[in-house]
Amino acid sequence: MTWFLFILLSVMVIGGGLGVVTTRNVVHACLFLLFSLLAVAGLYVVLLAEFLAVVQIFIYGGAIIIVLLFAIMLTRSEEYPSISDNSQWPLAVVAGLALFSLLTATFVVNSRSFEVMHRVALTDLGRNLFTDWALPFEIASIVLLLALIGSIVIAKVERRR
Amino acid sequence: MLTLMHFQIVSAALFSVGLYGVLARRSAVLILMSIELMLNAVNLNLIAIASFTDPERFTGFIIAIFVITVGAAEVGLALAIVLRMFRNRGTVNIDEIELMKW
Repeated sequence: MTWFLFILLSVMVIGGGLGVVTTRNVVHACLFLLFSLLAVAGLYVVLLAEFLAVVQIFIYGGAIIIVLLFAIMLTRSEEYPSISDNSQWPLAVVAGLALFSLLTATFVVNSRSFEVMHRVALTDLGRNLFTDWALPFEIASIVLLLALIGSIVIAKVERRR
Repeated sequence: MLTLMHFQIVSAALFSVGLYGVLARRSAVLILMSIELMLNAVNLNLIAIASFTDPERFTGFIIAIFVITVGAAEVGLALAIVLRMFRNRGTVNIDEIELMKW
């Protein structure tokens, strides 16, 4: 059952990713991205990380896809089909395949037999996040705040007086 | 039996697909989507390793949460830059944004 779910979700993840990088329609690419990210959330559930699956669905499915769709709608959409791929795409195929075979060879050669998955209790995760990782957590919130203020400043329309 | 290696191979495949997208696409929005794929591949790898090897310390999970946070910040900022680029130059084709190209 776990195998079946893993194979199904992996095919969905990789298929969605290939859809993102091959389709010429940019809205379809966005929906393929949503599909792939939701399948990644499913893989988190297979890995017994339910909290991160929920976070993944909220942030990627809810926020990032909406923001991407807004950006697509606010920029001109007629030029997208003509500018999808550049002329270096065979080189990019070679680079992607080379990286994939290198990483796969490394993982297969160095595979140790970890077969037991550990479930992390949500309360322990939260306690750890707010004690040992409290300072990085606060820095992350400042990073988010600064990024949001920065994006407002960058995207704002100046009015001429 | 499902082992760590299978998740690592899926994550390597997703990262390579994202790398292809970053190298082969010309529209800035599509490149951003490919970067999101690569971030998710890294996250999948982190959570798989944490879930298989790290029973009581939560480093992998917490770093994955930070990666999601930074990814969200990055998308907001990058899309603001894309909007400003579109308003100033009238295009999101990165081949035509050659002001800082050597």
